[in-house]
Amino acid sequence: MALPSYAGKLERFWYYAFRFLCCLVFFFLIAPILIMVPLSFNAQPYFTFTTEMLTLNPEGFSLRWYEQLFSSSQWMRSIRNSVFIGIFSTLIATTLGTLAALGLSRSEMPYKGLIMGLLISPMIVPLIISAAGMFFFYSSINLAGTFPGVILAHAVLGTPFVVITVTATLVGFDNSLTKAAANLGADPITIFRRVQMPLILPGVISGALFAFITSFDEIVIVLFLAGVEQRTIPREMWSGIREQISPTILAVASLLVAISIALLTTLELLRRRSERLRGLTPG
Amino acid sequence: MQQSASASSSDDHRRDGKLVTADGRPLQASLRSAERRRKIIAFLFVSPLLAFLLISFVIPIGQMMWRSVDNPTIINTLPRTLEAMQEWDGQNIPDEPVFAALAEDLREAQQNRRVGPLAVRLNYEISGARGALSRKARSVATMDAPYREQFLESDRLWQNPRLYQIIQREGRPLTLSYYVAATDRAYDADGNIVRRPEQQRIYMTLFGRTFAMSAAILVLTLLLGFPIAFWMAHLPMRYANLLMIMVLLPFWTSLLVRTTSWIVLLQQQGVINSSLVALGILDSGNRLSLMYNMTGTIIAMTHILLPFMVLPLYSVMKTIPPSYMRAARSLGANNWTAFWRVYVPQTVPGIGAGGVLVFIISIGYYITPALVGGQSGRMISNMIAYHMQNSLNWGLAAALGTMLLVSVLILYWAYNKLVGADIKLG
Repeated sequence: MALPSYAGKLERFWYYAFRFLCCLVFFFLIAPILIMVPLSFNAQPYFTFTTEMLTLNPEGFSLRWYEQLFSSSQWMRSIRNSVFIGIFSTLIATTLGTLAALGLSRSEMPYKGLIMGLLISPMIVPLIISAAGMFFFYSSINLAGTFPGVILAHAVLGTPFVVITVTATLVGFDNSLTKAAANLGADPITIFRRVQMPLILPGVISGALFAFITSFDEIVIVLFLAGVEQRTIPREMWSGIREQISPTILAVASLLVAISIALLTTLELLRRRSERLRGLTPG
Repeated sequence: MQQSASASSSDDHRRDGKLVTADGRPLQASLRSAERRRKIIAFLFVSPLLAFLLISFVIPIGQMMWRSVDNPTIINTLPRTLEAMQEWDGQNIPDEPVFAALAEDLREAQQNRRVGPLAVRLNYEISGARGALSRKARSVATMDAPYREQFLESDRLWQNPRLYQIIQREGRPLTLSYYVAATDRAYDADGNIVRRPEQQRIYMTLFGRTFAMSAAILVLTLLLGFPIAFWMAHLPMRYANLLMIMVLLPFWTSLLVRTTSWIVLLQQQGVINSSLVALGILDSGNRLSLMYNMTGTIIAMTHILLPFMVLPLYSVMKTIPPSYMRAARSLGANNWTAFWRVYVPQTVPGIGAGGVLVFIISIGYYITPALVGGQSGRMISNMIAYHMQNSLNWGLAAALGTMLLVSVLILYWAYNKLVGADIKLG
């Protein structure tokens, strides 16, 4: 959308005004996230830039909130819990979701629309309603306040992402490959392991990443279902914000931003690999 | 086709004029059973997840919805009273047999520890019923006939004819009373459902506010999202990908992190207020209150939901051929007309998809309003959580939740009609 050389003054003005506006929106998107990173090195227990920080005086910066984070048994437990719950719920969600996507992508699958709708529903139903329902049900079977309870609940929330990403990968899947493999004498399990799986692997991994991040970021279910023993990072941040607000939260938040940048890069690389494998060039 | 033609020409594969397979079964039946077998195999792949979701998701939500009409307490705790009340005229305070039955029921309830739930249940309908009933249940063991006068003297509650109407009305296994309360209505003296006075209509006001705030967030995300999606769609791929990362980074950042960052920015001693004071625009005394009100919720949620608007808009705009705009220009339209009459109508599917997505997500939002919303920025989810965790009126929470769920499902159905069940990620 380059500016044509014959553009008039007004057009020129609109062109630059539009670009300026867009930059403002991008600033609005990114600045709030990045602003926490420098603030987390604040030497003072404030949520604002001190004069020392603005003049780049080293006195104004410190690692005390990171120290506090890594020496706090409460925060360390919440990190362990988040990773533990995340891994197990992702395993459940990915296994069940991939299987279901393989079934859904078969042309002979009956009631496809209805079943897809049902499988996607955990993504559509407001979290507070899922949380309320699960709270009543899991309490009645003594799963509230236990790790299996939280893991099952998070697995439920993660499955739609796996189903969607794997189904999307299978849309471009060339079925003649499995037929060729069968023709060459491979049994169904070998076909799955050696032909299908390597091709849909990027979809499975990105689905698993979505499921993991869903669990890792989830708070509403944890608020209702988890006991003190199952507190996760978001739960700890929640009480940090509500009760004793301290810049330790900013240190955690900065670390989480770093993790999300890493995840984003991984996904982008996976997408490119998948496009390359299927012979699609980007763009 | 050739194969079947050659098969039909051979006599081995015909029986009574029908095609048969090599093992002698009619071809039609054989094909049908093969088809059925393939269907079953496909279904077997899906069934583990289906069963898992059914048990750990669908049943819990169904149970919660059931709670909004389920009403076992009174009918199970006061069976004799309800039977005696069949003779009652429905207007005055009942006669001795009803009170004798009530005394009997309360005595049994006290032994079985069922007074508590009963008192709580009646308290939803008449405030103050809880204390009077619990006291009566403790003293009823030592009471003798006749009961009517002793009941009436002990507390004002028993002199209120409404109490008996409520017992009679709610003495059924199913109730509408939670929905009556959730829609800001109440039963009047004649048992008709009437609307509450204006200042007591909390839930409908809150639903209205939730919808209004979601609409405001939808409009804001559209206003902010449309230009950047347009820009990205018209940039060379390299730059567009870079900008896409800037859209996806907030999308991938933890919700609590983003909410925290808005708290850091918006609070009274926060970055925005301090900068404005430092720049001399604001007096230190009258810092803006940007948080713990509706403004805070709307700003933070607009930021959080903006990627959900940009992504569908961008994917639709990518598919619009630039030649249409050029054609409109060459046919004499000016820039604005070409944009408004030719370009924008083609983005409507994207606007619809992004809009419904943002609206659906925001009407069910809980965390951000709870943390930055204060009193005026609360949404309906916060009320549901309040009734779940604080007031413990689970029936009312279930009724409000069911109403929210139904609104979301209707919207989702509309979304499906609009764009098909094709949800894209990242």
